[in-house]
Amino acid sequence: MADTAKLPADSFKPMSADDRAALDSEKIAAPSLTFMQDAWRRLKKNKGAWVSLILLALIFILAFGSAIASPHDPNQVHPEYANLPSKIPGIGINGFNGTLVQAGQRIDAYKQAGATGAHYLMGTDYLGRDLLSRVLYGTRISLIIALVATLFDLTIGVTYGIFSGWKGGRVDTFMQRVIEIILSIPNLVVIVLLILILKPGMLSIIIAIALTSWTNMARLVRAQTLEIKEQEYILAARTLGESSLKIAFKHLLPNLSSVIIINTMFTIPSAIFFEATLSYIGIGISSPQASLGTLLNDGQKNFQFLPYQMWWPALVLCIIMLAFNLLGDGLRDAFDPRTKE
Amino acid sequence: MAKYLAKRIFYLILTLFIVITVTFFLMKLLPGTPLTNQAKLSQSQIALIYKQYGLDKPEWQQYLLYLAGAVKGDFGTSFQFSDQPVSYLLSSRIGPSLQIGLQAMVVGVVLGILVGAIGAMRQNTWVDTTTTVVSILGISIPSFVLAVLLQYYLGLKAQLFPIAEWGGFIYTVLPTLALGATPLAESARFVRTEMVDVLSSDYIELAKAKGLSRMGVIYHHALRNSLIPLITIVGPLAVNIMTGSMVVENIFSIPGIGEQFVKSVLTNDYPTIMGLTIIYSFMLCVVLLFTDILYGIVDPRIRLTGKAN
Repeated sequence: MADTAKLPADSFKPMSADDRAALDSEKIAAPSLTFMQDAWRRLKKNKGAWVSLILLALIFILAFGSAIASPHDPNQVHPEYANLPSKIPGIGINGFNGTLVQAGQRIDAYKQAGATGAHYLMGTDYLGRDLLSRVLYGTRISLIIALVATLFDLTIGVTYGIFSGWKGGRVDTFMQRVIEIILSIPNLVVIVLLILILKPGMLSIIIAIALTSWTNMARLVRAQTLEIKEQEYILAARTLGESSLKIAFKHLLPNLSSVIIINTMFTIPSAIFFEATLSYIGIGISSPQASLGTLLNDGQKNFQFLPYQMWWPALVLCIIMLAFNLLGDGLRDAFDPRTKE
Repeated sequence: MAKYLAKRIFYLILTLFIVITVTFFLMKLLPGTPLTNQAKLSQSQIALIYKQYGLDKPEWQQYLLYLAGAVKGDFGTSFQFSDQPVSYLLSSRIGPSLQIGLQAMVVGVVLGILVGAIGAMRQNTWVDTTTTVVSILGISIPSFVLAVLLQYYLGLKAQLFPIAEWGGFIYTVLPTLALGATPLAESARFVRTEMVDVLSSDYIELAKAKGLSRMGVIYHHALRNSLIPLITIVGPLAVNIMTGSMVVENIFSIPGIGEQFVKSVLTNDYPTIMGLTIIYSFMLCVVLLFTDILYGIVDPRIRLTGKAN
């Protein structure tokens, strides 16, 4: 490092005024972004989260769109078309071409049933109901349950958390004890007990999941509130005489938004999972209504001979869970860049 | 430490007391009695049966009796299996559940640590991507879907393991795998994140600078420090296994308490449901207490005397 480069004197020249302006260290080249815009920009860079977002949008549109326009009526029974495997026109691969193995031989189930013209994309169930329509219907029920549960999560959980963290002291200790007691009973047991009392059905599942799912949100929001309430801007707002309610809405909520959004993304799959488990056990949604859990339960009975009846709902359930989990991870990285290495 | 322990045990008892009280009165809210549909019974016969089960007394007396019994481990008599005390029914069934649950926890967490550590060591390579995919799939696939697939492909098709029933170690393999998938995935994710953090810290640089081998650095410094926070997720994982066991035990026909819970729910066997709720809460409380104490022992930076949480 001892020898220095020998540069001729004419390679140097004084800076012009324009050059100086271009080098202005105070100038900000990029447009300034709000917190949300910044997070959105980072989210778009995350391939997994971006694909999940599009997939979820698609599933939402299909599931809720099927309420208006469905390929078949999900409850229309066609006994003569029972247990037809899936047939997708133009695809000749076994498993998607309407054939199935019967007594060691591959036969065209559609021809056998006299339904040569028909094609059910996901096949039919044991009553001849179109599986695709039922999966879409089931997805809709599962999503509705998850969304309503999330709504409770957002109202009860966030309010409880903010109140507990904001009040502090004895109130906080007491409220945290209550949560600890709720957390020391497995959620599913509480949900089952509530459903027994409320009679099985969609409404009681929603109530049961809603009443148990908010604890996690409340704890996270409380921890964050404890941190935020020590900040100077809260002190300033208090000094200026803002009411607690207004501080909660104007200052706490916007600063809690990232925690809330991220946690919501993990509440939804767990609500879907609980609903599927309950329906699978047999105390959830009851027939003729369908949810992904009941479809899985029906499909599992015939898995050995008609595997598609379980594969399709299982696939849809896994995709939804996967997409929400990936989106949740992506949102966490987007809102908190420090976690991303 | 002793003071902290006493405080925690007090809260454990308080929690169980509240659980018992709430379940008792919830059960009283339920419509109907186990004899609702027994048209053949005369009024005096019903009165006799009520007397036998202690249902003729006022509710607060029933509650006190139940509480006194529960302390001694007596949860009444099952409605479904006549003359079977709930405590006997459950004590004969808790063994298989504990065995499968513990196996799933150990297998899941050990494999999860391995997968997570490998992912962190080969950060941002295809190895890392594969381990991430494995862990996100493990979280997204419900245990009952996995259980059916394992049962079909490894049990029925490959004939490697028995598809159901309970008999010996070989019968526990598939349920353990089905239940262990979530702990595996969760702990792999957790260990990876922690270890990536630890690997970029100064003391790892120092250990490397001192000339320690790669495995030495990983084993003695990185892994140990990444594992401490893992204790915090043991509680949630235990909940997950308890929840999963209800369905998985059903699928594999394992005579455990999870299967019994589902059966009792479907047959409205209230005393058994109550007993199981209390047992589940008790197990979870003990796990939470145990992990909190363990956390304080392995990480002296956390003061046990301060906050319980």
